Amino acid sequence: MDLQLIWFILLGVLLSGYAVLDGFDLGVGALHLFAKGDQQRRLMINSIGPVWDGNEVWLVTGGGALFAAFPDVYATLASGFYLAVFLLIFSLIFRAIAIEFRSKQPWAFWRQSWDVAFCVASILSAFLFGVVIGNLIWGIPLGADREFQGTFWGLLHPYALLTGLTVLSVCMMHGAIYIVMKTEGEFHAMARGWVKNTIIFFVIMYGILTMATLLYAPHMVEKLKACPLLFLVPVLNLLSIANVPREIHHKRDFLAFLSSSAAIVLLMFLFGLGIFPNLVLSNPNPQLSLTIYNASSSIKTLQTMLTIAMIGMPLVLAYTISIYFIFRGKVKLDEHSY
Amino acid sequence: MDILLLSRIQFTLTVMFHYIYPPLSIGLGLIILIMESMYMLTRNPLYHQMTKFWVKIFGLIFAIGVATGIVMEFEFGTNWSTYSRYVGDVFGSALAAEGVFAFFLESGFLAILLFGWDKVTPLMHWVSALLVCFGAHFSAVWIVVANSWMQTPAGYHIVGEGMHARAEITDFWAMVFNPSSMQRLSHVLSAAWLTGAFLVLSISAYYLLKKQHIDFAKASMKVALTVALFACAAQLLTGRISAEGVALHQPTKLAAMEGHFAPNAVADFYLFGLVDEKNAQVTGPKIPGMVSFFIHGNFDTPVRGLGSFEKKDRPPVAITFYAYHLMLMIGILLVMMIAVGLVLLATGRLFETRWYLSVLVPSVLLPQFANQLGWFAAEVGRQPWIVYGLLRTSEGLSRAIKADVVWISLIMFTLIYLLLFVLFIFLLDHKIKLGPKGIALETQKQRA
Repeated sequence: MDLQLIWFILLGVLLSGYAVLDGFDLGVGALHLFAKGDQQRRLMINSIGPVWDGNEVWLVTGGGALFAAFPDVYATLASGFYLAVFLLIFSLIFRAIAIEFRSKQPWAFWRQSWDVAFCVASILSAFLFGVVIGNLIWGIPLGADREFQGTFWGLLHPYALLTGLTVLSVCMMHGAIYIVMKTEGEFHAMARGWVKNTIIFFVIMYGILTMATLLYAPHMVEKLKACPLLFLVPVLNLLSIANVPREIHHKRDFLAFLSSSAAIVLLMFLFGLGIFPNLVLSNPNPQLSLTIYNASSSIKTLQTMLTIAMIGMPLVLAYTISIYFIFRGKVKLDEHSY
Repeated sequence: MDILLLSRIQFTLTVMFHYIYPPLSIGLGLIILIMESMYMLTRNPLYHQMTKFWVKIFGLIFAIGVATGIVMEFEFGTNWSTYSRYVGDVFGSALAAEGVFAFFLESGFLAILLFGWDKVTPLMHWVSALLVCFGAHFSAVWIVVANSWMQTPAGYHIVGEGMHARAEITDFWAMVFNPSSMQRLSHVLSAAWLTGAFLVLSISAYYLLKKQHIDFAKASMKVALTVALFACAAQLLTGRISAEGVALHQPTKLAAMEGHFAPNAVADFYLFGLVDEKNAQVTGPKIPGMVSFFIHGNFDTPVRGLGSFEKKDRPPVAITFYAYHLMLMIGILLVMMIAVGLVLLATGRLFETRWYLSVLVPSVLLPQFANQLGWFAAEVGRQPWIVYGLLRTSEGLSRAIKADVVWISLIMFTLIYLLLFVLFIFLLDHKIKLGPKGIALETQKQRA
């Protein structure tokens, strides 16, 4: 296995980690306005209180790893998706400060405003991630100089809007399950209803997206055709999605959460498998695509980075697991809460 | 306005605003660690209360630091994508190391610091304070290393030509320990301690003036004054070493900092002065030959001035000169303030000397100004290069963006950051007025 492939996989691991972890807290944000009254909304925010910024570090590190391992991809995407990137960053800023500021004043209008900011920013973040994914699948116009040649509005084509909504729906389902897992009593019962609705939303989006991909982006399934064994992946993906309502029905909330996490990881895997070896597909001139080979850093840097990852990632996993372990169980409001 | 200028304004605005917060979290992280250590050693509840209060302040600062920091990471790509392609092989690894080694540590254990009081043992809580402090310091390590590589590139070679040229790493450790990284890192870190210490001094002085939370304020002030003493000694030392490094590796920057125009003459040190870039002169009181002495240990040795460099390779002199000199003046002022504070403390009058306390309250701004000015001198003094001697700032710009989108993002940033800053000051003020005893009160109100 060559270093470029290793880094493609590692990048996939980092971004899948981000999708699973920030996925639920974006979802909690997207559902925030469905929670009624200050008590419930505080429970929503405090359920992700100790973990949300750690979750976001997966994105920061993923971005850093992309910059280091595939500088051309980082440069082309960030400058090409200029307005989308800043819109995403503004959303992430508003999410962060809404969480931090909301509890600092008791006034109703203050809290209401931050509630709206938190919810809108979460929806927009999840949606924009989906739009980026959609464009990577669809391909974007690239020049021979590796620069993006399209426009901001050109990024918002129907397929990208579809992936945007799909990502939003999977985050909402994931977030709803997380809330079920972290709450008790009346609120917990209400959140169970959210799980049902969001699963329906997700399954519909998933179905439409699958059809659209098969019809309009068939290159995404070429590898599945070439190696029938890989067909197991979408099958497992479907099974893990189908398993979610089953576990919820049996009140095994943690298993439901694991199941939806597995569904997200498998979706990311299918996405990676589909675009490989391209990182940025050029549409209409596929020969100008940025691949893991023509856009990578030097072997020396990839090696150094691999050493950094081998030392760093076990530590990161250890921190992440211990933080989640320490804050396990149902969320309780106390004097330190938001 | 052209797209280059707009992008530079946007980067300046976003990095300046971001840099209000990280020095505070580094400095406060250290102070919190000291306070919690003192609690662990003495079990005095006062130190426990102090830790709790300052952790709350830390949480607010950290949140904005993170939110504005993500911007920086992606802005290299959005506005400076040609630069990113050119340096990604070198610069990217430092940035990725920062994420892996610093941010995960800091954000993970901050959760325990903020919310874990009843969930972990006191020892584990103390360990979290230690790791958050480490994390904050590590983040400075990697970003200053990356920036120092842009000042004094090392451990790389250039591959390809023309549009496809880029820097590739040849020696990772030579890149990390490039000639300026350690001296600049130590200067940045000790400045951050000073920044944190003056926040604590300012708030404590405010309480003493208001005759509130007296014991809390006195104890906090002692800790902060001690940190400030060490930080300011380190500042003087590392400042001197950094200036020597600049003289050795970035002669155009040094000449601009000192306003030294003559091609090859004895360099004087201006205490302050007016820069006239057109006529290539500075007017103001000066110590003749002092810069020569500073660099060569001899008042008569000539130093290369701006005149010996082509016009297109010179940085803007006035901004660099004023920023550097103002930073120095603030530094000297801070040293004097700390000295006075220590004398007052030693003679037992510190907590009753109202004029001194009144001076301390607004002095929280001084290290902040010095930080910004120091970075101005460092970054403007590096111009016209984005990577010193290798790549010009104008060559680093993204090719895929147009001026109109940069206008949009610049206006958005200005509005959002104004809002953020007003809210930050408002909430900080609110927290300060509630005070350490307000922690419990605040939550009772929320529950009601």
